[in-house]
Amino acid sequence: MQYLSNAESDKAEMLKAIGVSSFDRLTASVPPGLKRFDWKIPQGISELELMRQMVELGRQNRHFHHFASYLGAGNYDHFIPGVVGQLAGRGEFLTAYTPYQGEASQGTLQSIYEYQSLVCELTAMDYSNASMYDGASSLAEAALLALRSSGRKKILLPATLHPEYRRVVQTYLSCLDAETVTVPMKEGVIDEAALGRLLDAGTAAVVVQHPNFFGLFEETRRVSSMAREAGALVIACVNPISLGILEPPGEYGADIAVGEGQPLGNPASFGGPHFGFFTVKAEFLRRIPGRIAGMALDKVGRRSFVLTLQAREQHIRREKATSNICTNHSLCALKGAIYLSLLGKKGIRKLALLNLKNAHDTHERLLQIPGVREFSKKPFFNEFALKVDRDPATLRKKLRENRILGPLALKEFYPEFPSAYLFAVTENRTPEDLARLAGALESS
Amino acid sequence: MSGLLFERHSLNEASWLPDLGEPEEKTLALLPKDVLRQKGPELPSLSELDVVRHFTRLSQKNFCVDVNFYPLGSCTMKYNPKALDAIAAIDSFSLIHPYQEEEDAQGALKVLYEMQSFLSEITGMDDFTLEPAAGAHGELCGLLMIGAYHRSKKQKRTKVLIPDSAHGTNPASAALCGYEVAQIRTDAKGHVDVADLKSKLDGSVACLMMTNPNTLGLFEEEILGIARSAHEAGALVYYDGANMNALLGICRPGDMGFDVVHLNLHKTFAVPHGSGGPGSGPVGVKKELVPFLPSPRLVKKGDGYRWEKNLPCSIGKLRAYYGNFGAIIRSYGYIKALGGEGLRAAAEHAILNANYLKARLKDSFEVPYDGLCMHEFVMSAARQKKKGVRAIDIAKRLLDFGIHAPTVYFPLIVEEAMMIEPTETESKETLDEFVRALEAIDREIEEDPEKVLGAPHTTPVSRIDEVTAARQPNLRYRPEGKAGAGL
Repeated sequence: MQYLSNAESDKAEMLKAIGVSSFDRLTASVPPGLKRFDWKIPQGISELELMRQMVELGRQNRHFHHFASYLGAGNYDHFIPGVVGQLAGRGEFLTAYTPYQGEASQGTLQSIYEYQSLVCELTAMDYSNASMYDGASSLAEAALLALRSSGRKKILLPATLHPEYRRVVQTYLSCLDAETVTVPMKEGVIDEAALGRLLDAGTAAVVVQHPNFFGLFEETRRVSSMAREAGALVIACVNPISLGILEPPGEYGADIAVGEGQPLGNPASFGGPHFGFFTVKAEFLRRIPGRIAGMALDKVGRRSFVLTLQAREQHIRREKATSNICTNHSLCALKGAIYLSLLGKKGIRKLALLNLKNAHDTHERLLQIPGVREFSKKPFFNEFALKVDRDPATLRKKLRENRILGPLALKEFYPEFPSAYLFAVTENRTPEDLARLAGALESS
Repeated sequence: MSGLLFERHSLNEASWLPDLGEPEEKTLALLPKDVLRQKGPELPSLSELDVVRHFTRLSQKNFCVDVNFYPLGSCTMKYNPKALDAIAAIDSFSLIHPYQEEEDAQGALKVLYEMQSFLSEITGMDDFTLEPAAGAHGELCGLLMIGAYHRSKKQKRTKVLIPDSAHGTNPASAALCGYEVAQIRTDAKGHVDVADLKSKLDGSVACLMMTNPNTLGLFEEEILGIARSAHEAGALVYYDGANMNALLGICRPGDMGFDVVHLNLHKTFAVPHGSGGPGSGPVGVKKELVPFLPSPRLVKKGDGYRWEKNLPCSIGKLRAYYGNFGAIIRSYGYIKALGGEGLRAAAEHAILNANYLKARLKDSFEVPYDGLCMHEFVMSAARQKKKGVRAIDIAKRLLDFGIHAPTVYFPLIVEEAMMIEPTETESKETLDEFVRALEAIDREIEEDPEKVLGAPHTTPVSRIDEVTAARQPNLRYRPEGKAGAGL
């Protein structure tokens, strides 16, 4: 397949206009030795053959329409209304460039402004940027902001933070004069006594994930006030759906609130692309990484939208920019904005309650199974861990037979919990799914 | 006129969700009261039809490749085949979880594994990671690996050399990794000034970052010597793949001596730009750097693929999970569809189209670096500026012709720069229309300059007051009665 528009006759005319006899003359500046190489790229195929091959390849994946997923850990099987994909898939959004030319990009710019407004409402924070790559990189950028604005060198990362997020923050900080210190856990949440010992005048920020990796609620207000007393900033990492009912980070003292936007209308897609949201309290506005859209006026006084405060960004400030981010995850954030618009105030609450109820019904049912035990007594939202005394291989086999994906074996990340599993239960899980899950656990 | 989402008030019960089946209070009683939200969130309540109309109307205020020609230098705004969107949306690829068992995702893993090989072949590198989410993320990844490489050799190197024509992300990424940035001059012919480079290559240099063809659209003819000099000084050479579209099947960065390469799948490999992302920024390395690649690594065992996580030298992770799979699979389909010959034809037509435009426009506009170019070129509105019209005015006037503006004022070393990249998917007919539009604007500058200075005239809004927008930022909607958005 080729997607060219020039005919052979065009090509000849163009070469003539350029004043060269053949295409090879155009690349005369490339040393001849560089032009000789072998590459193993197969021959091209038609769209028909491509689609047939891809569908065939897809058969080797077990997906959510055939298997009920109890996997979560930052990426969830939520229902996505048809409107989301239809609108975000419009060519006018999908094939537009970054809205640097404001007059030609009012649709994108207004939708970013609305996205920022929706995310600020959800988190009760003052300002949001236009999106980051994902929750983990958003958290890393929050840590960088805290280091720069405080001049301090230490970031406290709880053991209850998503382990991949912890790794990402550590990677971002690895070449800088800064350190991360892990705050131990107790009963699945931050060990407050240990936090107290680790907080000192060198602490730039404390991260709190709420609900945490195990789905459990942290004592956000107490953690916040402990951090504040030490002069450290509070970075909250939150699940956006949970904010339909849970106290938002802006109200428990977060200075920066970030999170993974996948639950808001983005398919799981094997882990990406999704988007990270990034919000701050007003005093940190000019330290935000990445793009921000603002409302403005055009020269005849009409309401318009434009990328603004660009003096923070790499294309203007180069090595003095607040971040190196350029391309973000705009289209994924647009899906988030459309999804939140479809939910509305009542819908987000209803959705959060459906998740809460489904997860608790599942928790209660599974605990009736012999050999299945509680992981923690702390409250949770739509995700929880359980100890399951089963042979892992047998359990895996039974889950597959019952067409279940997950739960996630915690020993992947926490060797100290060899028999614990993490279950995510969204509004998409049915009583029939639960019966199959329970059946798998009972028979293994 | 479409108001804000927040200014519409229709009824919405989110009827696409099932009923809770019990009173809210009963469900809420599962949680302690002190964790609950006391008010809001005040999300707008709209009917589904209102949402559809709102965002459809917004979309109609955008320029996009499906409607408009985008001669946007350094951005490679080519047509991206629609079949690839359909592939990314197949249930068995879009509805899979990153943590499902390896044996439950062999199809997805095969896509990733083969993609790593394709990109290695195309660039002449030894191995690839698909983890980075965008070009700048790839730069961060590459520079962290370069830092780890030097540390493994017990060397402390503090500096990154970057040409003055480079993209802003290059110095920003270097700074993010704690490096000091030293700038290399461009010589009179538009190439890296080799003497200036050599004078700055010492034991403190960790790497040289280059784009080739450079942002002037010129191939760095001395690249082999430049790479050799850098290596002799113990430095590595980094390839910013923003301009890879010019080289597909023509030559390979790996063969030029580059040690680390990032690609922008949303430029060269047909991932639609999505109004600003998502893209994908895979990074390729030579074998000395393979141990430092991000975690996990995909390996082939017999007929199956699995993740290797025990990687003691890895730089770690740059984001959760494995990369922007939904973007990567589009590029995979693109490479499979085009094949080796198709990729080479794409580069050839990109170069042909750029040279054709350069030849057609060189009489109306100053072209600071004469001669043949690769896939893009930079011209200058310096002549027009003397008549009181600047590059930005010409860019805005082009919008009235239904053509997106070129990249302007970049690279920074060219006065009134207009950077033009037509891409391979455009026809001669479209290029001719573009030439006619620019010639018409050039005539207007003589005959009716106000028309150009006041442009655009046909877009939903006219020129926007960016200064006031930055001085008095209004960055979110606030319900009436609440405090304003000022600082």
